[in-house]
Amino acid sequence: MGNTSSMLTQYDIEEVQEHCSNTFSQQEIVSLYQRFCQLDRNGCGFISAEEFMTVPEFAVNPLSQRLFRMLDGLNFKEFVAFLSAFSSRASLQQKVEFIFKVYDTDGNGKVTFNEMLDILRDLTGQFISEQQREKVLSHVLEEAGYTKDSLLVQADFVKILGNGLKMEVEVPVD
Amino acid sequence: MSKLNKSSSELDLDRPNIEDYLPSGSLQDSHPKLRLRDLLDISPTLTEAAGAIVDDSFTRCFKSNPPEPWNWNVYLFPLWCLGVVVRYGVLFPLRAIVLTTGWIIFLSCYFPVHFLLKGHDKLRKRLERSLVELICSFFVASWTGVVRYHGPRPSMRPKQVFVANHTSMIDFIILEQMTAFAVIMQKHPGWVGLLQSTILESLGCIWFNRSESKDREIVARKLREHVNGADNNPLLIFPEGTCVNNHYTVMFKKGAFELGCTVCPIAIKYNKIFVDAFWNSRKQSFRTHVLQLMTSLAVVCDV
Repeated sequence: MGNTSSMLTQYDIEEVQEHCSNTFSQQEIVSLYQRFCQLDRNGCGFISAEEFMTVPEFAVNPLSQRLFRMLDGLNFKEFVAFLSAFSSRASLQQKVEFIFKVYDTDGNGKVTFNEMLDILRDLTGQFISEQQREKVLSHVLEEAGYTKDSLLVQADFVKILGNGLKMEVEVPVD
Repeated sequence: MSKLNKSSSELDLDRPNIEDYLPSGSLQDSHPKLRLRDLLDISPTLTEAAGAIVDDSFTRCFKSNPPEPWNWNVYLFPLWCLGVVVRYGVLFPLRAIVLTTGWIIFLSCYFPVHFLLKGHDKLRKRLERSLVELICSFFVASWTGVVRYHGPRPSMRPKQVFVANHTSMIDFIILEQMTAFAVIMQKHPGWVGLLQSTILESLGCIWFNRSESKDREIVARKLREHVNGADNNPLLIFPEGTCVNNHYTVMFKKGAFELGCTVCPIAIKYNKIFVDAFWNSRKQSFRTHVLQLMTSLAVVCDV
């Protein structure tokens, strides 16, 4: 599909499958490759910001900038690993890890009050004031047994988000 | 409590319900207790984003679906080979000749008419219109177009605009064959631009330039003038703004519908039985596209 210089060999597929810990089947990986090539129009091996923004449904998402920062410069193998959290075969641990990474912008393994506030701001934006946001977040944190200065780690996220986390995307296989 | 702006419901679909987050006391009725989990759980939004990355309906509109190969079997393969020979060896040269003849006739009639009848505008316009229809018929014949027109033919009335879906540049030619429309088009460079400024100008076509910002108002004014004029050719607009793969339509741009006149829709459906007429301008140049059409058995479509 598109102007790719190399086609996906069986060896490549297996390597990618291993890299994403078998969360995608081989046909899904082939479909994802076609999609990757479709998005990567200039064929440079990774999807740039403009290419992502041409997908209207992605551009309109409030978390698109954050996700883009995580997706920037990824080659196909890493792209599949990124999406592996959304597979039906992914474990709860993998899904929570993904959400944790979205929150933890500085990547130090700890999520601060401000990092949680940042995401809340992305989602609620102009609908509530900064003051109200902080009030709500601290109120809810205290109720759950944390304080405004608590640093949440991944284990905390697993405890908080618990079971019943639905985060799945189906890869269309022609 | 300060006032909250209520947004429209479409924006709110996946946003957390704002009222749930206000500390209780400012709420009239009781809501279920808000937990940290509800605030931190961004999985719906993430799922939507990932869904858009994996597949989205907009890109699907531009995908050219390759035809299923039908010739890989002992009986059909020789037939297909024969077909290739016929298409490239017999049909293509014939069509090229037809097209060249058509151009010769057209050019030799057009220029005299254009220059000699400068004074007699009405007659000149009518002749030019018939000539354009003629050359378009030649074009259609050059790819053996089998076109079925349904419904009443457009008449020359003021205050009406025609809109059609867009699959390829040949849409315009197929429609011109039936009636000489005035179209709104992007000004192209090169020999196409030359054609545009000489011949199509006489039909009353309007040009626009996507890169110029002031262009929009100028074009909107020209469009309005055109539809209000009684003896201008009927105006044809492709509201999608780009070529789509004939399986879906893309959201219409509003320009065509703001002119304050009756909108008459035209649907063009190509039958992919012999050739896929979708011009994927990212994949093929126009020349390749035309050559592909001329070397296929036929172009079948319904209008």
